[in-house]
This record gives sequence, structure tokens and C-alpha cells, in this order.
Amino acid sequence: MNMKLNMIQHNCTHSSEGTSCKCGLCCTKITDFGVTRGGTEILRNVNLHIHCGDLTAIIGPNGAGKSTLIKAILGEIPHTGKLQFLDAKDEGTTNPSMGYVPQKLDLDSSSPTSVLDLFAATHTRMPIWFSYPKKIQERVRETLARTQAEHLINKRLGTLSGGELQRVLLALALDPIPHLLLLDEPVSGIDQRGLELFYKTVSTLRKEYDLSIILVSHDLNLVAEYADRVAFINNNTIECAGTPQEVFSNEKVIQTFGLDWSKRYQSNEKDKVDNAHMV
Amino acid sequence: MHIWYSLMNLLLPFSWLQHDFMKNALLGIILVTPIFGLLGTMIVNNKMAFFSDSLGHSALTGIAIGVILGIDNPIWSMLFFSVLITIAILVVKEANTASTDTIIGVFSSTAVALGIVILSRNGGFNKYSVYLIGDLLSINPTDLLTLSLVFILVITLWSVIFNRLLLASMNPSLARSRGINVRLYEYLFTMTMAVIVTISIQWVGILIISSLLILPAAASRNIAKNMRQYHVYSVFIALISGVAGLILSYFWGTATGATIVLISSAFFAVTFAFKLRMS
Repeated sequence: MNMKLNMIQHNCTHSSEGTSCKCGLCCTKITDFGVTRGGTEILRNVNLHIHCGDLTAIIGPNGAGKSTLIKAILGEIPHTGKLQFLDAKDEGTTNPSMGYVPQKLDLDSSSPTSVLDLFAATHTRMPIWFSYPKKIQERVRETLARTQAEHLINKRLGTLSGGELQRVLLALALDPIPHLLLLDEPVSGIDQRGLELFYKTVSTLRKEYDLSIILVSHDLNLVAEYADRVAFINNNTIECAGTPQEVFSNEKVIQTFGLDWSKRYQSNEKDKVDNAHMV
Repeated sequence: MHIWYSLMNLLLPFSWLQHDFMKNALLGIILVTPIFGLLGTMIVNNKMAFFSDSLGHSALTGIAIGVILGIDNPIWSMLFFSVLITIAILVVKEANTASTDTIIGVFSSTAVALGIVILSRNGGFNKYSVYLIGDLLSINPTDLLTLSLVFILVITLWSVIFNRLLLASMNPSLARSRGINVRLYEYLFTMTMAVIVTISIQWVGILIISSLLILPAAASRNIAKNMRQYHVYSVFIALISGVAGLILSYFWGTATGATIVLISSAFFAVTFAFKLRMS
């Protein structure tokens, strides 16, 4: 069933100028994004089209502008171009609600901020040093359960492992369920198993809540496994976008990430196909 | 004021409280230390100890400007200058060309030097040395009225902005995704800090003002497990150190501000030992 849905999505093509999704599915459109800071052009001509239920991974060398794109989408830094959310009925809105999972939080390990503090500070106006509203605890527990993190509710943020913190931040971004979920994958402090669990959780949630997801990623193997679409940012713009197969066989991508990785990826894919044939 | 005096005579008929100036000082401490305790939590969280220190130092230039303009009570020129230097630091910080530490260092030493140069003209610096150590016993009923107003203002402001400020301090992009104007909250917080530091300087002294902000929060941080405990402990430590410092300084004949700081340091030592034993 899911396969079928994906097929439909990938088969419909769009012009970047149009305002409609044309497939009867909701989507988020980024049109002609550009960012210039201090006289330097950091991003130009960025066009992205993300369907609900799709996980779009953004890859690229360091300093290519991946994080800048995320910050521009969030509205943290000024940009040119348009950001639109179109629901299934084509009723466009220019302000999609956004959930954001940052790479890390600025706090040292001795910080007395608990997981509950973080959620309460986000959801309520009552100063958390004074008191919590009664209902908040229940709501936080429910939200944390979505990412298997409900047991962490009273822990201090500084004592969490990289993987645990990531799950907590993901739960936070999902309350309320956003139109667009932006994930900045941590570069360090999280082990391979934690990272895979994180991808699995994101992948499940994507289907469950029909989320549009943009993920800045550094782990090409996991991208190949979990992403529906991949956008390769290089030289300040998206140089290539498409399915993982398409992007990972692109000449520029191979050059950037090295031939070894690409060969390994392609032989893996071939194995998969062979195995499928054997079955 | 009469009600306060007779109330004190009735409730606390101690020898150290016989004089009106001691009663004034006690009221002043009860008003100002909780503010130190509250604001300190965020200053320590954001690693802004150096910033609060430089705010204190910049007051020297504020006094100097007041002297040049021929103002009797330099509080207004001090306020003006500390707000000015706060904005200057924030603006230069946003340009992102040097580390925050360096920027604050540059502004702070410039302000101190400028203040000393102006005030020491004609060799008259000694009359201003009272600002270095402060004189809590000089607090008068008019000051107390000002302090009460500031107390109400700061508590109200802190209640309104705290949750959002906390989120902004942990991750600006995350705060942004929740529609929080990060800059606005940063400015509100640093301005409040500037005002509180400047107003208290004549009673506490330039040299130790930032210790009064940092120590209660730092001590509380050693034992607090969440934000509420952090604030409650911090306010209590500030209050107890304040009152105990006032009493001891009366009997020892020492400077009140410095005595208070020493007691806060003792609190830090005890909580730190406690923390070491716990872990």
C-alpha cells in the first residue's frame, strides 16, 4: 500500500512556478530561495517540492549551505523567494507550521533543566520557575511516548545520551503535529545504533502523521535506506535532486563523496535486486 | 516607613535593628536579593558572568558622565550609559566577527579606563571610591521606594518572558520555529540586567556586584534537579546570605556587600561538596 502511494507521488511532476500540487496531495513548496549575508551569496535558486509523507534528505559537503537553508526556512535569517504550504484542496498558505529538531542544545551537563521543563516552557505561559499547569505532565508523557521517550520525563537534559536527547527533541517538534518537520541530524555525540533508531522512528512517524520532512543528513547509508527523495546541495544551490538511486549515481555527487562510497552503494543495491530475484 | 519601623521594633527587637538605617538596609536587602537570585539563574545558564561583570565596570563611566554634566545623583547617567554599552555589545556580537568574550573585554576595559581618566582629573578620584565597595547602610526611604518599584517591575517582566527566554537561550532556531522573537527576548533580558546592576551599584559596589548575581545561582545549580528548584534555592540562598551578611557586617564593622558575598561563597562551597558526595 505504501509502495503504491510512493509510486503515485514520484510519478507526478511539477513546474516550480505553479501554485498547485496537481496530485491532490498536500505539499510544501520552496520556490527560488536565496540567502545573502554580509555581501556573500550563501544560497541561490533553491527550489524544493516536498510531499506530505515524504522524507527529503539534504546532503552536501560542509559549508555548502545546508544549515543556512534550514535557518532560512525557519525564518531565522532573511531570504528571498517563497515558502508555501498547500493542502490537499490546494488552499495555499504561506505560513506552514514548523517543527524543528536542532543538532544540539546550548547547555552544559550541569544545567538543571529537566525534560519536563523544556516542554512546559514551550507549551505554557506560566513561568516554569513558579509552577506547572496541572494538565501539562499528562500531555508531555503522551507526546514523549511517540518517540519511546516517556521514561525520560523527569531527567535533566544534561544527563541524556545523544540518542535520548534527539528523541526528546523530536517529540517536542511533534507537539503540535507540524506541516513541515525540519531535522538537523547531529554530527557527533550519537552512536550508530542511536542514529538508526532515530531514522526508524522518523520513518514510522512520517507515515503515521503524513508529515513532510526535510532532513539534513551526514550519514549517506541511512539516507539511501530511509529517504524518499534526496537533494544534493553544492556550490550554494541544489545541484541535483531526485530519488536516492538517481542522486547517488549523479556524477557530481560521486565526485564529492568519493568513488568508494558510490561503488559500495551501487553493489548493495544490486545485491538487493539480485536477492529479490532469487526470492 | 513608620509602619515598617514599628513592625521591626515589635517583631525583631534586636540591638542591631535599633537604628533606622539598619531597618532601611534590611528592607533594601529583602527587596533586592530575590531579584539577584532570580536573574542570576539565567545569567549562569547563559554563561554571562563576564557580561554582568563588565556591566558593573561600565557604571564607572556612567558616574563620570554624570559628573561632567553636573548631575547630583549620577544614577540616570549610569543607567543611560549601561544601557548604551549593553546595546553596543549586542550589536557588535551580532556582527559575529570576534568571540563574545573578546568583545565584552574590549568594551569593559574601555569603559573602566574612560571612567577613571575622567574621574581622576585633578586628582579627585578618592571621593568616588565609595562606588567601588558600595554602602548599603546609606540606603534611604526614597531609594527604597525606587527599589520597590523595580522589584515589582522585574518580577512581572521575569514572569512574562522567562519561558520564552529559556527556550531562546537553549537553541535560537528551535525558539524561532515556535514563533519566538529571539532578539527581542535577548534585549529584554540584558536590559533588565543592566538596570538592576546599575541601580544596585551605589549600595553593593562595582567590585562585587556580579558575584552577588552569580554566586546564589551557581550554588543552587549544584543541588537543583529542575528549573523550579533552581530558582527556589537560588532566591533563598541570596536572601539568607543578604540578611546574614547585614547582621555580621554590623557586628564586625565590615562592608556589607562584601560580607554578603563571602556568605554566598560559603553556600557555594557547601553545595559543591554536597554535589561531589552525591556523584
